[in-house]
Amino acid sequence: MAKVFARPESLVDMQNHYCPGCTHGIIHRLIAEVMDELKFADRAIGVAPVGCAVLGYMYFACDMQEAAHGRAPAVATGIKRVVPDGVVFTYQGDGDLASIGCAEIVHAAARGENITTIFVNNGIYGMTGGQMAPTTLPGDKTSTSPYGRDTHKQGFPIRVAEMLATLDGPAYIARVSVHSVPNIVRARRAIKKAFEYQIAGKGFTLVEVLSTCPTNWGLTPLEALDKVAKDMLPYYPLGEYKDVESEAGAKK
Amino acid sequence: MTFEVVMAGFGGQGVMLMGQILAYAGMVHGKQVSWMPSYGPEMRGGTANCTVIVADEAIGSPVVAHPYAVVALNRPSLDKFESAVRPGGVLIYNESLISTPPTRSDIKVVAVAANQIADELGNVKVANMVALGALLEVTDLVPMECITEALKKALPAHRQDMLAVNLAAIERGKQAAEIP
Amino acid sequence: MSERVLMKGNEAIAEAAIQAGCRFFFGYPITPQNELPEYMSRRMPQVEGTFLQAESEVAAINMVYGAAGAGARVMTSSSSPGISLKQEGISYLAGAELPAVIVNIVRGGPGLGSIQPSQGDYFQAVKGGGHGDYRLLVLAPANLQEAVDLVTEAFDLADLYRNPVLILGDGLLGQMMEPVLADLYRNPVLILGDGLLGQMMEPVEFRKLPKRELPPKTWATTGMRHHPHKNIINSLVLDAPGLEKHNLHLQEKYARMKLNEQRAESLHCADAEVVIVAYGSTARIAKTAVMSLRQSGLKVGLFRPVTLWPFPVNALGELVPKVKAFLTVEMSAGQMVEDVKLAVNGARPVHFYGRMGGMVPTPEEISSECVRVLGGVR
Repeated sequence: MAKVFARPESLVDMQNHYCPGCTHGIIHRLIAEVMDELKFADRAIGVAPVGCAVLGYMYFACDMQEAAHGRAPAVATGIKRVVPDGVVFTYQGDGDLASIGCAEIVHAAARGENITTIFVNNGIYGMTGGQMAPTTLPGDKTSTSPYGRDTHKQGFPIRVAEMLATLDGPAYIARVSVHSVPNIVRARRAIKKAFEYQIAGKGFTLVEVLSTCPTNWGLTPLEALDKVAKDMLPYYPLGEYKDVESEAGAKK
Repeated sequence: MTFEVVMAGFGGQGVMLMGQILAYAGMVHGKQVSWMPSYGPEMRGGTANCTVIVADEAIGSPVVAHPYAVVALNRPSLDKFESAVRPGGVLIYNESLISTPPTRSDIKVVAVAANQIADELGNVKVANMVALGALLEVTDLVPMECITEALKKALPAHRQDMLAVNLAAIERGKQAAEIP
Repeated sequence: MSERVLMKGNEAIAEAAIQAGCRFFFGYPITPQNELPEYMSRRMPQVEGTFLQAESEVAAINMVYGAAGAGARVMTSSSSPGISLKQEGISYLAGAELPAVIVNIVRGGPGLGSIQPSQGDYFQAVKGGGHGDYRLLVLAPANLQEAVDLVTEAFDLADLYRNPVLILGDGLLGQMMEPVLADLYRNPVLILGDGLLGQMMEPVEFRKLPKRELPPKTWATTGMRHHPHKNIINSLVLDAPGLEKHNLHLQEKYARMKLNEQRAESLHCADAEVVIVAYGSTARIAKTAVMSLRQSGLKVGLFRPVTLWPFPVNALGELVPKVKAFLTVEMSAGQMVEDVKLAVNGARPVHFYGRMGGMVPTPEEISSECVRVLGGVR
């Protein structure tokens, strides 16, 4: 009987620690599938963040480094400069990348550092217990914005893909989502393109993936997927924000 | 013996280079040497100074409160360092830019019109070398051949044609400082 | 044949790193160490190395982490406020057991402080600096020849112990020029040195130290094509027994360093009644004081720790029964003096003289302080 579905070889055969209904598992799988398809696991070096994916270094079947909070792009820079023919990626959440690690991601992008960043945006700090993130939507309640994010006091969410797309360094910047099957397929395509660009030496690539946090959002997994469609998509439009290979450059 | 020299002037007068050449020459002469710049947030103008030590023994501090000699290329430098010279020491000052002479009587004071002499040589940039010449004449810190070798090293390949004017400047400085 | 060449401290340190095989440098500008990254920016391309000016000291030390984790010989340098910013990354380097060399050209503090020489970062250097139970090997050169030699050593020691090594200098050491022993290349292809100095420098090759046997970096994350199993660089151990075990391993390593790596220099200590204890630039000034006091017939000596961690307690301890008192001299409010007191353990009085804020003690000050201590013990 033909096997039609299996664990990607680039994922380690072990149970992960993510909450039921969390989309980290899907995103890990997509990266591993692309590693399998493009056959670069033996020269991949991943950098795990601080946040829910802090144990990510255990799950990918490739060399990994665990970075300090927010510093994954700097760590990846150091690795890539030493191993220029390696395929170096960071896997970062919104607190890690868009708050404490803002300087590192902006400058890695501006340098056109030839690495790939998978940026998982679920608008909340998951591991520390549901605090407000730089990408928390206006009005959303978190454990540190218990009355809802008040933009007068707590400012506005950061649209990372759009912000980084203004720079000349990046080769490819896209925002995708994993709240539905068609979107998962598109997300896989974007992740693959990002890695292909890195392998071709085109420069910095980043895929922002809209994701869920049923646990800290206080929703069921299905309600959480609905929230992505209903609340996040209007604020964080999907699309390719930068593509050095596309004539238009940016097409939404 | 240990000789400490503070060289001071406006930024751009070449005091750092003058100090490095003296240090280099000292090294060529087989001495222990150190060169230490003053460093501060100012990038242009202001006063710059460096301390050069030429010694027979290992050098302790590369900065000293009371040097054996001071070379002051401008007025602020004289104001700042005249009182620092060790009794019995040497003070060379650039009378082209300093109209009020030093008042110390317990040290050897030598006036040299460094800018004027450099002008006569056709290159005001070598005023520092004129002053260095005066210092060498008065102190006998290092032999002239060591200075010549240091200068050869100091001038980049495409500037070796400047060697003659620099040597001439040092010679004129020596003459200016000669005790009649 | 080796001859003496005149070099500036920051540049001599940089060139020594390159000659020790360092091919990666990540830094951020701060006075008084700027000549070091500037030199690296000129020199690294000539040896097919990497110089990268990071967006911050924080980023720089994490680039060091990534590069060290990938198995490279890597260096960063900074001065006090920048070293404070690097402490997070240094703790991670220690936790993940990564070899790297960090240079601190210390300036006056606290806060923005000044840009003049100081030794006020001693505690930060030897007591940990960042969070958690860890130690750095801390080397304190007192002259440029020693700085060159110790930089070479630093890379070897870092690799040998898989531990970050800190070179603790100060503004005097970084900014001064002094002769260093080297061979001049016969076919100059490089111009070394800054604007002024560069014109008088020829390419140099420093004297070689004996080569050490170093363990291969089988743990480096260079991609699985290079090794049979997945390599992970990490300082996270979530389970308490596991983290305690990791800590015990680190402590065992630190104990080996304490056993094997203590270094110090003694001058005129054999018959000394009072021994001055000083390191780095202060030690060279104290040496001048000791020489002049000896000329006056006073029995004083100098003990100079070369490793600040591990502190040379063994050599200092040997002096205790022979001397009547110690005088610690620092460009600080009194930091190393605590380690001197621990080593002397109450057996002899330990006095202190210090200057702060960028003020450099003079030999005369140290001499008169020493004479005062000497008077007290007679």
